[in-house]
Amino acid sequence: MIEAVGLTKRYGSVLAVDDLSFTVRPGHVTGFLGPNGAGKSTTMRMILGLDNPTRGQVLIDGKRYAELREPLRSVGALLEASWVHPNRSARNHLLWMAKSNRIPTRRVDEVLEQVGLTSVQNKRAGGFSLGMSQRLGIAGALLGDPGILLFDEPVNGLDPEGILWIRQFMQRLAAEGRTVLVSSHLLSEMAQTAEELVVVGKGKLIAQTSTSAFIDQASESTVRVRSPRLDALRQLLLGKGHPVDYVDGTLLVRAATTEHIGDLAAANGIPLHELTTQRGSLEQAFMQLTGDAVEFHTHLDSAAEQAPELTAQGANR
Amino acid sequence: MTLMAVERIKLVTTRAPWLCAILALGLTVGLAAVYAMQADHEVAISGSQLGIPFGLIVVMVLATLSVTTEYRTGTIRTTFQAAPSRVKVLGAKAATVAIIAGVIGEVYSFASFGAGQLLARDGAAPLSTAGDWRQVAGAGLIYAAGAILAVAVGILIRHTAGALALLLVYTLMAENLIQVIPNVGMDIHPWMPFHVGQKFLSTDGPGVGFFPTDDITLSPWASLAYFAAFAVVLLAIALGVAKKRDA
Ligand SMILES: Nc1ncnc2c1ncn2[C@@H]1O[C@H](COP(=O)(O)OP(=O)(O)O)[C@@H](O)[C@H]1O
Ligand SMILES: [Mg+2]
Repeated sequence: MIEAVGLTKRYGSVLAVDDLSFTVRPGHVTGFLGPNGAGKSTTMRMILGLDNPTRGQVLIDGKRYAELREPLRSVGALLEASWVHPNRSARNHLLWMAKSNRIPTRRVDEVLEQVGLTSVQNKRAGGFSLGMSQRLGIAGALLGDPGILLFDEPVNGLDPEGILWIRQFMQRLAAEGRTVLVSSHLLSEMAQTAEELVVVGKGKLIAQTSTSAFIDQASESTVRVRSPRLDALRQLLLGKGHPVDYVDGTLLVRAATTEHIGDLAAANGIPLHELTTQRGSLEQAFMQLTGDAVEFHTHLDSAAEQAPELTAQGANR
Repeated sequence: MTLMAVERIKLVTTRAPWLCAILALGLTVGLAAVYAMQADHEVAISGSQLGIPFGLIVVMVLATLSVTTEYRTGTIRTTFQAAPSRVKVLGAKAATVAIIAGVIGEVYSFASFGAGQLLARDGAAPLSTAGDWRQVAGAGLIYAAGAILAVAVGILIRHTAGALALLLVYTLMAENLIQVIPNVGMDIHPWMPFHVGQKFLSTDGPGVGFFPTDDITLSPWASLAYFAAFAVVLLAIALGVAKKRDA
């Protein structure tokens, strides 16, 4: 379990993380969702004791990271796949990590096998593709068979096959009863990976909820109605206090259910030709909820489309 | 001990330390061999050891890189993740690098001496006095202290280019340039750490050697202690800084 309480980090004039409190529980994948620059990477660095919080604290099973004995056995993390020495072989990289926490060498072979790098284990890590580096990072995270795993934007820049592999991998780890926290700036990605969400914007907590509840809450549904007596229905709905838009010969009703509108029409003898619920897109929902907290959202997202890797690295600094 | 074994694995599984060790070999033993072969007089011990200060600089480059490469590649964060006590893990690194530097210094200084013995046409001075032994066997101690100092500078500066520039400019130029400062320059110079350290590897008596240390009043062993203390204090400062700042 990971527990952040009032976590705050200031870099000079930048308040990267602002009084953030959340809890990550074992057994399912928890998504750490927020636009670029929201403070996700900073929070993860603080969880690992790499950056010192300005205020507040984050505990891992009740302890600060620095208090963990042989921490790789409790917490595995992949923050940046590039954090390896380019001239050291994959195997040697894992060997020194294993040695540092008295993890038997046998585990190195096991995790290499698990991520499918056995055949290239003696090659220099600097020559690896992004997907292979990512796998090496995951191997390092799994080395101590930890109960808690952190992944920072693990699918950034990967091809669909790699994305699927990582997604299923994380779900399997969670199903084994581990605590899995994975960050992303894409709600659509999280919707397919995470059961629970911690949503942040501009360093602040926006929501901690289940993914489906977040999507329901965020994507305000509208009901689309067609009827030969549209005007009469419109007056009725307005009379009941429902916001109504008139678009192309149909009514779009917000904050109402199909049941409610159907009953209302029937009670007043108004025939209906169509009555359907429309759901906003996930990204729409996300933007809506992170709302004002999203400073650079559109700017960064359009940049991300053009140069995904570049932005990913910049944002993960 | 575990952490020192880890640092040893890190060092030997990359190329740079090996390249530095080979370069230092050329600068010490290679230089001693060339010097001995062309000498038309008996080769003094200081003559066979003439490359030792150059080797020291290369070994300090090795020590600096052992830290700054970790910062450049980001592996320092993996290191701190695996061992959150920065004082312990960087201390282990300093100790490991110091031991390796010490062994390099010891092996290369005796090999340099041996090269003089084997290759000098008109013979080479034997190891007879305690001072002779100190000149040769002392190299390892100076290398170890120099490595600790270089690790400290690497931790403080974190960038390879910056740390190396500082170390090279300082050791090769700054200490000597101090002398030209009016009035105080000549008074400060005898207390510059590398200059003082050099005294430990100098012949007893005045005026011999490539790096005259006549202006130093400390005894050779006190000089070593002074140099080593400087390195250890700098390391302590570096560890204190590393403990506080973000990785
Ligand atoms: N080491 C640092 N020094 C200064 N500012 C930083 C540093 N790390 C992050 N920031 C700033 O903190 C904010 C949050 O960054 P980050 O945690 O990387 O966000 P995310 O991972 O959610 O994209 C950004 O404005 C970023 O520029
Ligand atoms: Mg990030």
